[in-house]
Amino acid sequence: MSEKKHRVSRRQFLTYTLTGVGGFMAAGMLSPMVRMALDPALEATGDSEFVSVGLGEDELTDEPQIVNFQLEIEDAWYTSEQPRSAWIYKDGDEIIALSPICTHLGCTVNWDSNEDYPEQFFCPCHFGRFERDGTNVAGTPPTRPLDVYDVEVRDGMIYLGQINQRS
Amino acid sequence: MLQKVYDWVDERLDITPLWRDIADHEVPEHVNPAHHFSAFVYCFGGLTFFVVVIQILSGMFLTMYYVPDIIHAYESVYYLQNEVTHGMIVRGMHHWGASLVIVMMFLHTLRVFFTGSYKKPRELNWVVGVLLFFVILGLGFTGYLLPWDMKAYFATVVGLEIAESAPIIGGFARTLLAGGEIIGAQTLARFFAIHVFFLPGALLGLLGAHFFMIRKQGISGPL
Repeated sequence: MSEKKHRVSRRQFLTYTLTGVGGFMAAGMLSPMVRMALDPALEATGDSEFVSVGLGEDELTDEPQIVNFQLEIEDAWYTSEQPRSAWIYKDGDEIIALSPICTHLGCTVNWDSNEDYPEQFFCPCHFGRFERDGTNVAGTPPTRPLDVYDVEVRDGMIYLGQINQRS
Repeated sequence: MLQKVYDWVDERLDITPLWRDIADHEVPEHVNPAHHFSAFVYCFGGLTFFVVVIQILSGMFLTMYYVPDIIHAYESVYYLQNEVTHGMIVRGMHHWGASLVIVMMFLHTLRVFFTGSYKKPRELNWVVGVLLFFVILGLGFTGYLLPWDMKAYFATVVGLEIAESAPIIGGFARTLLAGGEIIGAQTLARFFAIHVFFLPGALLGLLGAHFFMIRKQGISGPL
């Protein structure tokens, strides 16, 4: 504030008061609406639960095999079962479950499906390729490895959790 | 800052006369509550409009979550009411505001009636006001069905029975409103369309005419 005497005219006073009161009312009216609209963006994303894929640990080999399972998706007021799949194999003692979604543009990859590229995941859309451990082959379109599922073994059965990106 | 932005635009587009023409007009002493407190009755029209603005805004935000489908309508309302932050407040505003519009509109009508403001030369504005009354009742009627719960369903059953009881065109009107023989999927979709597109469109048009006429003719004189 300046030291000068600042005289507020009647008109200025009215302008300030009316703008203030009007702004307060508008804010009171709009803030719940805006907060409601922003809700999906502000909501914390919960970790997804582990689901059984109906496959025993002893059925796994070191050769990747496709496994299809149902995942319950809760989408606001709509809950549905959606199909998911994973390429699962054993790497020594570790169980690896790779997402079959190509990291290039989202097509579905297949193991060992192209004669020219044995022992690799192959994407038919743009010939993207991945090694057995999911690493993308340099010089093909994908820019990062296949995503991996969290894996858990309960009573000898395989359970898959959320999908994680690797850089 | 704001003043500079305004000046910049005004220098190029000369917008001052535009809003001056709308906003700059004298409020006669007999409608100014600062002079006679009883003049607050002249605020009812403006308050009705204020609540209508709240209804439009809250309604716009509600459609972000609501779906007009017999399988999911109730669930989506339940979700926005109980799961979405502040959803309860916004739906509450729309719910209570709906009743408040009717109350304010009724008080406004009483004021116009008892001050004789409907008389020549303002007859047309009265007519437009009555049309607004019907549009707002229509909004209330169609909006009531949208939550698709028991109260909504049976209120609409009764409403459509009333429509059917009209002579000659009754059956036709009922089928047209319900979108078929049963009150179901088509009724809900139709009521939603009427509630969010057709009637608000009519409402805004009529309000424009209402405001244009009051601005042109001025507020009626003192009693």
